[in-house]
Order: sequence, then structure tokens, then C-alpha cells
Amino acid sequence: MVLQSSLKNCLQLSCILRTSKAGFRSTSGGIIIQSISNDVYENLAVEDWIHDHMNLENQRVLFLWRNSPAVVIGRHQNPWQECNLRLLRQKNIKLARRRSGGGTVYHDLGNINLTFFTNRKKYERMENLKLVVKALKALCPQLDVRVTDRYDILLDRQYKISGTAAKLGRTTAYHHCTLLCNADKLVLSSVLKSPYKGLKSNATPSVPASVKNLFEEDPSLTCEMLLDAIAEEYATQHQIDHHVTLINPADEFLLPGINNKVKELQNWEWVYGKTPKFSVSTCFNMVYKDSVLDVKVDMEIKHGRIEVCNIGLPEQWLPPTLCSELVKSLTGSKLCPNETSALATTLLRMCPQDDELHSRWNLLCENMMMLM
Amino acid sequence: VCIHRVRSCSSIGFIKSKYVCVFDKAALKFSHQQRLFRTSAVSCGQIVQFKLSDIGEGIMEVTVKEWYIKEGDSVSQFDSICEVQSDKASVTITSRYDGIIRKLHYNLDDIAYVGKPLVDIEIDTSKGVAPEEDVVETPPMSHEEHTHQEIKGRKTLATPAVRRLAMENNIKLSEVVGTGKDNRILKEDILNYLAKQTGAILPLSPKAEIVPPLPKSLPAAPKDKAHKIPVPVSRPLVFSGKDKTEPVTGFQKAMVKTMSAALKIPHFGYCDEIDLTHLIQLREELKPVAQTRGIKLSFMPFFIKAASLGLLQYPVLNASLDESCQNVTYKASHNIGVAMDTEQGLIVPNVKNVQVCSVFEIAAELNRLQSLGSAGQLGTNDLTGGTFTLSNIGTIGGTYAKPVVLPPEVAIGALGKIQVLPRFNEKGEVFKAQIMNVSWSADHRIIDGATMARFSNLWKSYLENPASMLLDLK
Repeated sequence: MVLQSSLKNCLQLSCILRTSKAGFRSTSGGIIIQSISNDVYENLAVEDWIHDHMNLENQRVLFLWRNSPAVVIGRHQNPWQECNLRLLRQKNIKLARRRSGGGTVYHDLGNINLTFFTNRKKYERMENLKLVVKALKALCPQLDVRVTDRYDILLDRQYKISGTAAKLGRTTAYHHCTLLCNADKLVLSSVLKSPYKGLKSNATPSVPASVKNLFEEDPSLTCEMLLDAIAEEYATQHQIDHHVTLINPADEFLLPGINNKVKELQNWEWVYGKTPKFSVSTCFNMVYKDSVLDVKVDMEIKHGRIEVCNIGLPEQWLPPTLCSELVKSLTGSKLCPNETSALATTLLRMCPQDDELHSRWNLLCENMMMLM
Repeated sequence: VCIHRVRSCSSIGFIKSKYVCVFDKAALKFSHQQRLFRTSAVSCGQIVQFKLSDIGEGIMEVTVKEWYIKEGDSVSQFDSICEVQSDKASVTITSRYDGIIRKLHYNLDDIAYVGKPLVDIEIDTSKGVAPEEDVVETPPMSHEEHTHQEIKGRKTLATPAVRRLAMENNIKLSEVVGTGKDNRILKEDILNYLAKQTGAILPLSPKAEIVPPLPKSLPAAPKDKAHKIPVPVSRPLVFSGKDKTEPVTGFQKAMVKTMSAALKIPHFGYCDEIDLTHLIQLREELKPVAQTRGIKLSFMPFFIKAASLGLLQYPVLNASLDESCQNVTYKASHNIGVAMDTEQGLIVPNVKNVQVCSVFEIAAELNRLQSLGSAGQLGTNDLTGGTFTLSNIGTIGGTYAKPVVLPPEVAIGALGKIQVLPRFNEKGEVFKAQIMNVSWSADHRIIDGATMARFSNLWKSYLENPASMLLDLK
């Protein structure tokens, strides 16, 4: 942490030295960096770090990164509304919330991410996207790719291959976008489909789109080729060395304070707790022995926690005191199946040891967990 | 107006009305004397309408998504005020002034317009925003006086001169270690911060350099579970020094409920030591066999199976006492719970029907429960119906323990770590033994000491001489 100010100066200094050595008389310097990590939290932390600590008054940065399977939601979105959390947990796909706005995307190693850092005044998304399109066309002239006014890049005029988001601070800004090279479309569509019904929220909704991989147009394309082409175009356009510096986001010495940023991004309070207030109003059927029961659930969720909870069960199907205990326990708890099961199973310890009661209780709890 | 303010402040000091008292809650901590000084210095603030500045790209309106401050909070220049969103861009709006927030012009999810007022800030005109000699204005107590703000619960104490120095050098006060009283930041602290030079620059050689990835875990001593003390993970130092109160929810709440119920149970303890030398050898032989079947074999499956064999002889330990203590139910199934420490807290899933499972089947089931447990995906069925529990606290450390019986069960065992200790054999010779301690706790309302002791002896004999388990395995 102590090193920030000096690091800023060093970085500035070293960049100026480099450009003058190369004989350029550019008024602004720039660097291209690429992450060696595939961890979504580490890479997002690098973005935060550059945004918070680098002096971009006279220089710009292009940051290249890829992640192992992860779903990334926008700053003001609702993960329950945007993706299938159950499926994510089952498939061990990470969930991250980024600090920029926009919608939800799926990342895997077949997708590349580009972040354009500039000072606040030079924030210009269209230019960046046009740069990407230019690079793609240079690589593959027959590609029909264009930028829309929603800052998407479309392939063949109908398939989205890139989504954009941005973050503006006081003095710096960044614009990042994805680019689908060879991602798993099946997983993408299944995880980005929310099974949760009855959600009412003011969170930013995503706009679903049909996607396609660039690989499908030109099977010779790889992520490395794309990254290289874009880096080259960036270097040319901004008159800097086409030199990509590899960085390790886990290097606390190089990026002081980065580990704290990673932890912040991994924290439940950030990923889930930052969800704007929303309500859940739904019902489900439970099949128990020969009958089908209707259960109505109403919940209000604030900061990812259950503020208000109402469970409407057929009368006397379960002891009413037990039900009210469950509602009381759930109030204030995270909207998390793990916590719900811990609380629900604990309550059962205090009850008469009746197999019938146990199986009914378990059935109700399993269904409640499905809502989370 | 000024006089009015001073008078009302000095008489009560707790008036919440915004337009009367200018000091914030935190000032209540300081001496009455100081407060008076402060109010007299800070009288007659000017309300400025802070307008939403240009976002760029010709954007004229944005949606307010989150407020970082509320009316009455004091802010400093560059503190974050709110987060707005426009067309996939999230913008952090920071304050241009030092002062106190008097009015928020928008609610959450409202549309805010560029060029229109966002918040009203009451500026302390005697201080001003430009770096002038504001120190002159304040009374002679300026050495003691400090400005402070509470943004998101963090206070940084520093005099106006220090704050100006920080601002000029683009330093965030929150990132500087204060060495003054109450962690106040002094001028020397800022200068030290600036002076610290290191060689940390990005690698700039012409060839792309690969910085080898550091191991995920923080640098710690190599993990040698049984014998070395792990180096404690270093945590970032926090200097706030303030008590934090949070509601009890989730896993903690579950534990509170369980343990409060356990209080009703009169516990007694019984401890012993087990020589695991033979078992360790046996496990070494069987580990690769289990591996070929895709299962990781620990000691627990043996402990669990031996417990079940013991429960066959002493079924009262696998029983349950009803609410009124009128009836004891001897449970037919041995559903043996295994205490598991997860990131979120303590959970106790159980292996069902151990009485009809082989050691291998128990091992397989344990693998399943452990992987589900660490992924936070255990179902309610795995977490309910337990009849007896074992807690292997020894994997973390410790020898003897005093475990708490988990209702509706009546007994529990805590297993300590395995230590290499010298012991005497029948010939009176000293030999190297692998010793593990076990601590049992039981419900003294229906379990007596003798039963617990005999059960423990039987369990111990099975484990010290694993071949004997073969005789009784069903």
C-alpha cells in the first residue's frame, strides 16, 4: 500500500523513458499488458487496481485477459434474475460482479476480454470498438463484423460476438468488452437462463442476444491470434511499441494492495449483497405420498438477505410453531441454500423424532432451497 | 443567526435538527470545550448545489443506482457520493467540495440530469476549497483541532494542513498509516509515505517476461499436517480499532439454537488414549487399493465403523430421550454424524446405516459428503437423522476436548491429533507409539459412566487391533 504513489511515478517515468528510447515523439504513452491468470476475481482486481492507482493523465493502457468458466454480472444487476445459480454451483462455475455497468456475460477460455484504460476525458467507446473491428478485418478480411449503436459487435448482422461495459471514476475511465472466439455456447445459454420465477426488481436487466463464435466463421482463428491482432492494431493506432507485458495478478509486490481487491471481489457481500432490493413472489407444488400440495412463498430481499419472509402451507401439514420458527430463522439470513439448510436442519433437532415429520420437513426445505 | 446557533448548541447538544447544529455525531465524543470552538468556527456555512457534471459521449441523463452518503454526512473533496448508470457505463460521482450533505435531489432509480443539481452541500466558507492559508482562520487550538469525516464508517483524523498535503500529492488518507494520537495522520506520515521508494516497476525488457505465478495460498510453511505448526495467514492490518456489532444470522444462528438446546443436557466426559500404530500400518496398505477404486481413504471410516460395532453392544449410546424424559428410543440405524468445518461454519452431515456398510462404503460416502460440504451443496437429507457423532478436531490440532452432545443424540466423541509418543510395552521397554486421544461426552440422564467406559474400551480395542474388527464385521 505504501508503494502506490512511488509506483505511479515509476510507471510514468519508465514509460516515458521507453518511448523516448524508441525515438517516438508521442505526446501520450501507452502500454499493453496481458494477465497470466485465468481467475476472474484476480483479473477484475487488476482492473480495479489500474483504475485506482495508475496515473493515466498522459498514457493509456490496454489490458488483455481470459478467464476459466465464470459468469460476470454488471454492477447493478441481480444474479438471481440473470443466471441459473444452481447450475453454476453444480458445474463449479464462478460468479463475479464487476464494477462496470451493463449486462451479464459468460466467460471461458474461448472468450477474450479487452480493457481500454484512459483518462476520463479520453473515454471513447466507439473508437475502441472500431479498433477491434479493424483488427478483426485485418486478420480475416471476409468477416462481416460491425459495431452497433448499443456498443455491441455483430457478426453477419445478427449474431452478437462482443458485449461492452464501462466504468468512469473521477480522473480515469475504462471500457471493457468481450469477444467470442471459441466459447462453449451450450453452457453459455444454459447458465444465462434464470429458473427463478416471481422476481420483481429494479436491477438492470440483461438483453438476451443470439451469439456466435468467430471460430465458426473461420476455424483457423484462435484466441491468441485475436489478442495479437488487437494488440498490434492498438499499438499502431496509438503509436506505441507492439510489446505485450505479462503480469501476474497475484504479485503483491508489483501491484501493492491487489490481494485485498481480490478478496473484496470474492466476498459474498459484494457478489450477492450488492443486489438492489427485490421481492420474490412465487409458488411451487410438492408431491408428498398421494397428494400434491401448493406452497406460496413471498420474500423481500435486501442486500442479498431475507428481510421479510412468508410461507403459505396447507394447514396443519407441519406443526405451525415449527413453521414460524423457520420463518423467524430465515429472516435476516442470506438468500443462500447452504444457510437455509443449516438453519432448517438445526430446527429439526428440537422436534420430536418422527420420521413422518422429518420427511415432510426435508421436502419443504429442499423446495425452499430451490428458490435460492 | 450565528448567535442563535451557538446558544442552542451549548444548551443541549443533542438537537437532531439539521439547520441548528453544524457538528456531526462524531464530535460528541470530544470535549464540550472543543465543540464550542468548532461551532463558532464553522458557523454560517454556505449551501452549494453540486450539479451533475458531464459524463461524456453526449450523455444527458443517468439513473441513480446507489448513494454512498446520506443527508447529514460530512464529505471531503474527492469522496464518493453516488453511483449512477448510463447505457452500460457505471459512473462514480465524487464530491468537489468539503462540507456536509444537506439534500439529496434524487432517490434510488430516479433519472438524474446532467447540469442539474445532484446534492446540496453546506460548505464551510471559512475554510474554502482552494489551498489558501485556512489555518489562520481557526482559533489557537488548531494543533488539537482536527477535521474528520466518516465515509462508509471509516474515520481518518488529520489537520487541514495535512489533508492539503495529501491532496496535492494525490494520496488517499485512508491508505496512510497514522502514527499520531488515535491513529491521527501527521505530516511526517505523509512524508514517509512519499519517501518510500522501491524498485517495483513493471518488467520492461524487450522480450516478454513471464513472471512465474505464485502459489494461490499466501506464503506459509510447507504443509506437513501431522508435525509442523502451520504459519498463521497474515491478515491486512486494520487500524480502525472500533467495535463492530452485527446481527447473528445464518450458520451462527444455527449454532446458537443447537447449543442452547444442548444446554439442557447434563454432560459428563470420559477420555482415553488409543495406540494407532497398527491401524496406521493397515491404512497404508489399504490406501492404494481404495485409490484404484477412486476413493480417498482416511482414518475416519475405521473410526466410524468401529463406533458402529461398539453401538451394537451398547445400543443406549445410539438412543434418543424424548422431551419429557419419559421415554428412550433405541434407534435401529446407526447414522453417524461427522462434524465438518466449512468456510461458512460448522455442519454435521451423517453417514446413514453404518451398521450395514463396509469400511470402503463408508469411505466412499465420506468422500461424497466432503466434496458436497466444501461446495456448499449438502442436501437436507444428509444433514438430518443423525444418531451419534464423531468430531475429528485433531486434523486442526489439539489432544483432549470437551465436545457438546448434539440433540436429539445422547453421545459424541472428539478425536485429537495423532502424536508420536514413547510408551512402555509388556516387557517394560520403551517403544515408539502413535497415540491419539479421544474425548467422549454423553447425556448423563440415560448414560452412565460405566457404559461409556466399556463402549470406549471396545472401540479402542477394535482400533488398536484392527484384525479383531474382522471377527465382528457384519
